[in-house]
Amino acid sequence: MSPVVWVPCDAAAVSVGADAVADALAAAGATVRRNGSRGMLWLEPLVEVETDRGRVGYANLEPGDVGALLAGDLDDGGRCVGVVDEHPWLARQHRVSYTRVGVIEPTDLAAYREHGGLAGLERALTLSAEDVVQEVTDSGLRGRGGAGFPAGIKWETVRTAEADVKFVCCNADEGDSGTFADRMLIEGDPFTLIEGMAIAAAATGATEGFVYLRSEYPHAIRTLRRAIDIAYAHGVLGASVLGSGHAFDLDVRVGAGAYICGEETSMLDSLEGRRGEVRAKPPIPALQGLFGKPTVVNNVLTLSAVPMVLADGGAAYAALGTGRSRGTQVFQLGGNVAQGGIVEADFGITLRELVEDFGGGTASGAPVKAVQVGGPLGAYLPPSRFDLPMDYEAFAEAGAMVGHGGIVVFDDTMDAGAMARFAMEFCAKESCGKCTPCRVGSTRGVEVIDRIRAGTQREANLVLLEDLCATMTKGSLCAMGGLTPMPVRSALEHFPEDFGVPAAQADAVTDDMPESATSTDGGARP
Amino acid sequence: MDDVPQRGPSPAPAPAPADAARAAAVRALAEEMAGMRGPLLPVLHAVVAEHGYVHDDDVPVIADVLNLSRADVVGVVGFYHDFRRTPPTTHRVSLCRAEACQARGAETTYAAATDRWAASTEVEVGEVFCLGNCALGPSGTLDGALHARLTPERLDALTEGWRA
Ligand SMILES: Cc1cc2nc3c(=O)[nH]c(=O)nc-3n(C[C@H](O)[C@H](O)[C@H](O)COP(=O)(O)O)c2cc1C
Ligand code: SF4
Ligand code: FES
Repeated sequence: MSPVVWVPCDAAAVSVGADAVADALAAAGATVRRNGSRGMLWLEPLVEVETDRGRVGYANLEPGDVGALLAGDLDDGGRCVGVVDEHPWLARQHRVSYTRVGVIEPTDLAAYREHGGLAGLERALTLSAEDVVQEVTDSGLRGRGGAGFPAGIKWETVRTAEADVKFVCCNADEGDSGTFADRMLIEGDPFTLIEGMAIAAAATGATEGFVYLRSEYPHAIRTLRRAIDIAYAHGVLGASVLGSGHAFDLDVRVGAGAYICGEETSMLDSLEGRRGEVRAKPPIPALQGLFGKPTVVNNVLTLSAVPMVLADGGAAYAALGTGRSRGTQVFQLGGNVAQGGIVEADFGITLRELVEDFGGGTASGAPVKAVQVGGPLGAYLPPSRFDLPMDYEAFAEAGAMVGHGGIVVFDDTMDAGAMARFAMEFCAKESCGKCTPCRVGSTRGVEVIDRIRAGTQREANLVLLEDLCATMTKGSLCAMGGLTPMPVRSALEHFPEDFGVPAAQADAVTDDMPESATSTDGGARP
Repeated sequence: MDDVPQRGPSPAPAPAPADAARAAAVRALAEEMAGMRGPLLPVLHAVVAEHGYVHDDDVPVIADVLNLSRADVVGVVGFYHDFRRTPPTTHRVSLCRAEACQARGAETTYAAATDRWAASTEVEVGEVFCLGNCALGPSGTLDGALHARLTPERLDALTEGWRA
């Protein structure tokens, strides 16, 4: 009997040669199945061989290893990581949204069902729309796209709005550096997202949905399109979702390389076929969203938490987490980290556990100098802050944000002044151009940081930088301009020497910390 | 794409004039998608996928089919990085310069690549901000295929067969 081997089809695995390994295994007579990635990215390509004990993993496989693998010659060396389900890195996590990622074939609907899929949707279809929304409200689920807005409140607004048509739009633009959980969920278990969107539709009376997926993710686009076709063929989507009489049509729309299109109103304009410019709020998208109709806009991970909420009940989800941050968060470890990948854990886990225990420090072996949490608009934090629990409010109080859960690790070669400059430069590049503080302020910001670093009228320019940050924070229409000061100020606060500034002088500037960073709603990001 | 002249990243010579066959093909693409909600981005993606870039002469055709003004179409084409206005080069290197890849040396790779292909008319080096492969950087795409751990040496090895 030919051995059954699993080779991830995830883009990260493919980027280090997984396709060639799969081809070599097939040529050698193995039965090759393609799973998503388990999220232990430093081990990719991680090939799993089915045995009586379970699926046994072999790390960093190359096509040339295939013969040895099939002959059992790799069993004793460091390449064999044992039964993958029992790997300590995975066993210490709490996989809820990611429970099937890496386990099943991504577009195998029967396997999806066997592993608990569709239970949430089936239950939702037996409840009233009001009760479905109530479950989501009770779960305490908050938006995973950055702002942490309660999903139940948004859904209730859409549910009670009167309109001839309503939409559910999934924000899969995932433009933040250091984030890849949306991508890996879609590539590894797309039916979870589809199910979550179908539940959102049933709960709010929406009949059409779109996934706005960035063009940088061609693997995810292919997998999701295939999954949607299969969902239609099996009645999970279409005129009568699982025979309930609810209609729900779903389509994928591909972004076009603009970071700002992750901002929800810009995304809606882009979906309508226009320049992705940010809209002033109100009106809120829940009332006047896509084509002016009531629209649920949620992140991939928000929607992907919903099937579990409905299957096990809102109370079960609310039992996880800490404070007002309920449930689990799918953290992403990236950058200069030894063991990068996906860590799904209950809220409340500390930054130190994530960076040191899971991440294992830097990839280079040098000391960690800082991490940036929450994408390009998030704060830089030094190891002295690593006891912070992952919790929206705790992070906001510390002048930082959880954002989409991305954690980027830097070693001691990092130049925080250069990173602050980059933050302003990125804002200037990606600004939608609608408001002056963002468009002009960011360009000025680059110049001012350059002068500070060059020692040109340093004191005066530090004051100017602070003024600029305050203006951007207060005067920007959206969080692109509004939060760019967060990485800048945090870099200056924690690493003034990288700006050529004595610590005492930096204190004077950063004492006046941003309102957006200290408010409890995660800043201007909703 | 064989009939369009190759070009370096800069300075850009004017694109070749579009022919009637192309106009008809673009019209057919647009007509096929005109019934979608918000068809303009899907149409532009299809034009780039089929023809490599959006030619100036495609604009009035698309505007006509979708019942938009030319200015609307030009405005959208200009807003998004993906809708290139000039024919693509033979090879394309697109390197991530976002934070997580910077933390792993992306700037060194980017500098080496821009340097190596500075005068090339066959290879275009572009930048991108995050490809979702942030634990294995520096990441980039070579003719559209995603690659990880792109040190300058690895980039050289992977592009060994390329001319220029
Ligand atoms: C500049 C900018 C970029 C954003 N990018 C994303 C993104 O890539 N994905 C996302 O889900 N939300 C992003 N957001 C947040 C969205 O505006 C919005 O809050 C979110 O999609 C709502 O869904 P949620 O409540 O489920 O988080 C961004 C916001 C801003 C200001
Ligand atoms: S802050 Fe920047 S990105 Fe946001 S609306 Fe204003 S100009 Fe556009
Ligand atoms: S930052 Fe380079 S791939 Fe994400």
